[in-house]
Amino acid sequence: MALRTLIARNPLRAAAPAASRGLQTFSLPDLSYDYGELEPAISAEIMQLHHQKHHQTYITNYNKALEQLDAAAAKGDASTVVKLQSAIKFNGGGHVNHSIFWKNLAPVRAGGGEPPHGSLHKAIDSNFGSFEALIQKMNAEGAAVQGSGWVWLGLDKEFKRLVVETTGNQASVVVLILHSTPSVSLSSQDPLVTKGASLVPLLGIDVWEHAYYLQYKNVRPDYLKNIWNVINWKYASEVFDKESA
Amino acid sequence: MAAAVATPLKFTFSSSHGSTRRLQWRNNQRSVKRPYRGAITAKIEHKPPPYSLEALEPHMSRETFEYHWGKHHRAYVDNLNKQIVGTELDTMPLEEIILATYNKGDLLPPFNNAAQVWNHEFFWESMKPGGGGQPSQEVLDLIKRDFGSFEAFVTEFKAAAATQFGSGWAWLVYKANKLNVGNAVNPLPSEEDKKLVVVKSPNAINPLVYDYSPLLTIDVWEHAYYLDFQNRRPDYISTFMEKLVSWDAVSLRLEAAKARAAEREREEERARNEYEGDDSQTDPQPVEMYGTDSDDSEAD
Repeated sequence: MALRTLIARNPLRAAAPAASRGLQTFSLPDLSYDYGELEPAISAEIMQLHHQKHHQTYITNYNKALEQLDAAAAKGDASTVVKLQSAIKFNGGGHVNHSIFWKNLAPVRAGGGEPPHGSLHKAIDSNFGSFEALIQKMNAEGAAVQGSGWVWLGLDKEFKRLVVETTGNQASVVVLILHSTPSVSLSSQDPLVTKGASLVPLLGIDVWEHAYYLQYKNVRPDYLKNIWNVINWKYASEVFDKESA
Repeated sequence: MAAAVATPLKFTFSSSHGSTRRLQWRNNQRSVKRPYRGAITAKIEHKPPPYSLEALEPHMSRETFEYHWGKHHRAYVDNLNKQIVGTELDTMPLEEIILATYNKGDLLPPFNNAAQVWNHEFFWESMKPGGGGQPSQEVLDLIKRDFGSFEAFVTEFKAAAATQFGSGWAWLVYKANKLNVGNAVNPLPSEEDKKLVVVKSPNAINPLVYDYSPLLTIDVWEHAYYLDFQNRRPDYISTFMEKLVSWDAVSLRLEAAKARAAEREREEERARNEYEGDDSQTDPQPVEMYGTDSDDSEAD
């Protein structure tokens, strides 16, 4: 971990342009803490798998899909361009979401678990009644996500308010997918912006089973209860202040 | 064949599927008991797999079964029973609960629990100790006809399971329905219309809601493989195909599916004949609309 570069790098921008056409691809962002530093809320084993395997796989597949998209678009191959959309949405969404998630977490020594102060604190009180009420709401909605997804605290820039949203397999749009003709993309890695163009994610909690299963097994509510001990409200406040200016 | 339970709570599930739906699956789902009022209520059962929890080691661990069957499956059963007690759904067999609560895609709350109960039972029975290998000749012939080769089928099934984004299932199904329009008739029905198909579905959705006959399934929710394989879903899928899949179960299910399809065809034939028969009784000869007498309308 310590050998990683100190150069500040936005992982959601291109890390390395591909050779010929200037296609931007992506690489795994570093964590600013060691895998074990979020224990006992989240185990080191989970953090390592989640970061090095799951997130890396989203990036690898996203890059592959982007390269295929680039080639297809250059050739004017419309049906391939369309066919790639679900892979791009899923893997790109996975990359976007997890990049935010790592910043949403911090060890206790770095302020993890410390409630927000200042303007975000005020906004939480006025939108939800109290900090505790927000936690309860996010825990309830996170536990209720069927299957895989995320629970978000977002800023609605248009209406200047905070919202709690979930992105996940939505009951009303599930369809049976014939393998040979994938048509509807599933929402389980949809970024928050797919729920509303004016929504900015402040805080996301991954409720896919891979985020907690090795430690909490089927008891997702315990994971949700404990993760607040390592939530990095400093980052959420920074984003809030910047986006509500 | 007709609905078996005749109580004040009976739910009239009118369907275009006809009474052949009763021939489905297994009817050993329910233990019927009579509470003091004398009305019949029935509980959905938490059925164990047809083998002990460690029987599929080392390919699927006992620990996985303790959570997957012991916690996840059990919770679906308990939550479903709580949701349906005292409602019309309480007297229905599980498959009917699924279809009723699917509600044409606008899912009602019991759907997730009901479908997941069904899916997990179907999944345990899709595996057996010493599984894997090749299907029976009959199944193999159909696979070769509809996929080209056994290897091509395996490739497609594995790909479906691997690319079901998020939680869900991959299936081999027998697709017998010819047309999706209720009163349309296939002018050239043939055996070729009945196909084996690989499909995948998200969350709790299963092919029953599309009137297919499932033959085989693999659970690709992460809880199904995470303790044994962590993120390595493709390894789990390969292990399932090579070591766990019960082709015996597939053969039995195929027989049942073909019998159902044949029965349904006979019923549709009967229904068509009745309809045409009525017509010929009320209208034995074409009615003359215009007489051969001189037409007075142009008379001077």
